[in-house]
Amino acid sequence: MTSSDGHHDEPVQPTDEQLAAMSQEQKMLAGAAAGGVHVIRREERFPTPGTKAEKRAERLVSSMFLLGALGALGFMVVYVAVPWRFHLGNNSYRFFTPLLGACMGIALFGIGAGAVLWAKKLMPEEIVVQERHDPASDAFDFQTTGATIVQGVEDTGIARRSMLRRSIGVGAGAVGLMALFPLGGLLRKPRGELFRTPWTAGVRLIQYDGRPVRPEDMQPGSLATVFPDVPGGLEDANAPTMLIRLRAGEKVTARNGQGDFMWGTYIAFSKICTHAGCPVSLYEQQSNRLLCPCHQSQFDVLLDGTPVFGPAARPLPQLPIDVDNEGYFVARSGYHEAVGPAFWERPN
Amino acid sequence: MRSRRKVEASPAEKAGRWADERFGPSGPMRNLLNKVFPDNWSFMLGEVALYSFIILLISGTYLTFFFDTSMTEVKYHGHYTPLDDVTMSRAYSSTLKLSFDVRGGLIIRQIHHWAALLFVAAMIVHMMRIFFTGAFRKPRETNWLIGSTLLLLGILEGFLGYSLPDDLMSGTGLRIAFSIILSIPVVGTWLAYAIFDGTFPGTEIIGRFYIVHVLLIPGIILALISVHLALVVKQKHTQFPGPGRTERNVIGERILPTYAAKAGGFFALVFGVLAVLGGLTQINPVWLWGPYTPSQVGAGSQPDFYMLFAEGSMRLFPSYETHFPGYTISSIFWPAVVLPGVLFTLILIYPFLEARLTRDRASHHLLQRPRDVPVRTALGAMALTFWVVLVASGSNDIISFKFAISLNATTWIGRILLILAPPIAYAITYRVCLGLQMHDREVLEHGIETGIIRRLPSGEFIEIHQPLGPVDDHGHGVLQYAGAPVPKKMNGFGDLGRKALGFFTPVEQTPANGHDRDGHGGEDKAKELTGGRR
Repeated sequence: MTSSDGHHDEPVQPTDEQLAAMSQEQKMLAGAAAGGVHVIRREERFPTPGTKAEKRAERLVSSMFLLGALGALGFMVVYVAVPWRFHLGNNSYRFFTPLLGACMGIALFGIGAGAVLWAKKLMPEEIVVQERHDPASDAFDFQTTGATIVQGVEDTGIARRSMLRRSIGVGAGAVGLMALFPLGGLLRKPRGELFRTPWTAGVRLIQYDGRPVRPEDMQPGSLATVFPDVPGGLEDANAPTMLIRLRAGEKVTARNGQGDFMWGTYIAFSKICTHAGCPVSLYEQQSNRLLCPCHQSQFDVLLDGTPVFGPAARPLPQLPIDVDNEGYFVARSGYHEAVGPAFWERPN
Repeated sequence: MRSRRKVEASPAEKAGRWADERFGPSGPMRNLLNKVFPDNWSFMLGEVALYSFIILLISGTYLTFFFDTSMTEVKYHGHYTPLDDVTMSRAYSSTLKLSFDVRGGLIIRQIHHWAALLFVAAMIVHMMRIFFTGAFRKPRETNWLIGSTLLLLGILEGFLGYSLPDDLMSGTGLRIAFSIILSIPVVGTWLAYAIFDGTFPGTEIIGRFYIVHVLLIPGIILALISVHLALVVKQKHTQFPGPGRTERNVIGERILPTYAAKAGGFFALVFGVLAVLGGLTQINPVWLWGPYTPSQVGAGSQPDFYMLFAEGSMRLFPSYETHFPGYTISSIFWPAVVLPGVLFTLILIYPFLEARLTRDRASHHLLQRPRDVPVRTALGAMALTFWVVLVASGSNDIISFKFAISLNATTWIGRILLILAPPIAYAITYRVCLGLQMHDREVLEHGIETGIIRRLPSGEFIEIHQPLGPVDDHGHGVLQYAGAPVPKKMNGFGDLGRKALGFFTPVEQTPANGHDRDGHGGEDKAKELTGGRR
């Protein structure tokens, strides 16, 4: 702020006698002016007190507040008296939460509308102008503050004491680095978990309820989600596998080296999408396509799990399967590649 | 008797003295209470965000009384019998407890979820207002940075909260998050392992997300909001151009009493809306999704709306995986890490980019109408279109299902629109801005169309135009466009009524040609202002 018009902004402070003689409103206005805020219009909404219009406005506002009270009362009654326990087959609990919401909404709406209407209808109408100064500080403040900072830094002598400057740099840097080290406690060395699943040679394919799967359990053109019959096999995030029985006459074009992974018309793929790791859950029988419901990647079973649409870039890994002496499905080996989404260390 | 009573101070005065003698707040406090708030509906948008955040803090604290972060597996035996005897994590079972075994717990949970959606939505709309009116320009770039950071934190906070119940939907989201972190080249695996304490899902993630969700990020958000508001007080509000409004003042109403009453009431109204939503509209019914298991997923699964843009970009991005000998860059790295990173960087640097390109180094306190800055407005429309295409694509399966369109078709439509729609939006918005500008100039020059047709003696029909103010020798209006709305209809004059006091005779000159800003002319100004109305 330049000094040329600076003096306009300096309000004349009233003397103590003047202050004592001022009304409350005058004091308020003088205080505002002292802060560069000028009330240029200030008018009662109802200059004549006690008119019908004023009483109407007042009644409106207070009825809003009372509506709020009513809503709050309703909330308390509902909270105490309305049945709220879930009972299968008995729907009376269903009204509890909606009624609470309605009452709470009415309560808060009443209070809120009352306050807003009070301000709009009854509080004095004001137009206030606040001065704005740009830049915010005057030259004196700016230069003295700057000088204080620069002088303070210069007094430390850091500019000319290069040894100190370097050593504090080294010291502070080392301490900062030290502070980062405890984060090392968070680190876990990847030990190939992303490449492994619990599937190994001879592990049976079981369903979620623990039953092993036999070929005759499945209809042609059906899909079953299977898990390895090992401890923790049901919970392992990379283990879920889809076992599909193709219909007669459907021929799978096997990928390189996977020609003997199937058992008859049965074929097994990892259920973990190669895009972002969701379970590929939707099996479209007619077109033999598998669809991931997260990002809509589509894999063609007859093309050995190759993605045919959507963002997935790699085929679903195939699990080589066989049937053991007792007639149950088993894995002939684990997966031959990492299942699930790609990661940096994954070879092609 | 009378004199003694006069000497005795009122309780309020005593309390004031007590505080003043100890803290001396009078001067600064008076100035704060006299802060002037311009009256414009669009200034409420930030308030909605602020109030939603307060409601989030209140409702969230209540939820912490019941929520258990443990991922230990338990058998459920609560009152929600359909899930009886199902194995689930304690996190999920405590969410069920919160919903079915705590009286009124469900409504608080639903209010919390709705408030989270409103928080992010209000921030987005507030940010649009700031962007399209140029409120981010010098000296307010810092607040733009803080606001953008708040949006980012709000989205992150929402995702963390969404992940806590450990239901099928949130677990699926967590798995995608794990895959996204995993996709970062070189450090991805280590980073994902550090966050999840090993491979997905592990046993730590919900506990870790919980403390970040309830302490770390809310603390940062609270601190940033404080700075955000302190800067608004320090830099004062911007205002739209209008009668008496200049770069060197703010016109509006003070905190006490009007603004405080309105803001307090508005808080209650926002809370009321959230209460009605939380009570009457079900949100995230986790008991219907069931506990998380890696082998299952619901059809039509999608995240909350603020994550849909990332979801959409993951759905649209082609299957493009990069292979080096021995190493792979996952295809989701580009749509899920790079694209959001680029979008947020563009948002953050926009004020500086615009200042540099327009060589505008001046401070601005008067807002611009979007039509007056067609390039910025068109850029904004372009960005929004891009975002909307991503959001819509984030639920393209639902769109396909509801409208019976092929899923592959909606994916391709999304891919094509993502490239084509933003430039089209740019071109259309730019032309619309120019058209609106020309209409403003037209009305200022020729006046408002009255709808009165006059037949001239020559037989020609003309429409009579009502000039807005004085006219020159040719009958053209002499009023210049000043960045404020121009009435376009005869009854638009009536609309101007209260707001546009002194519209034709500005009470204060613009800084360029005026020096009538002294504080002593209050009486005269008041006359001039009211003169316009009476």
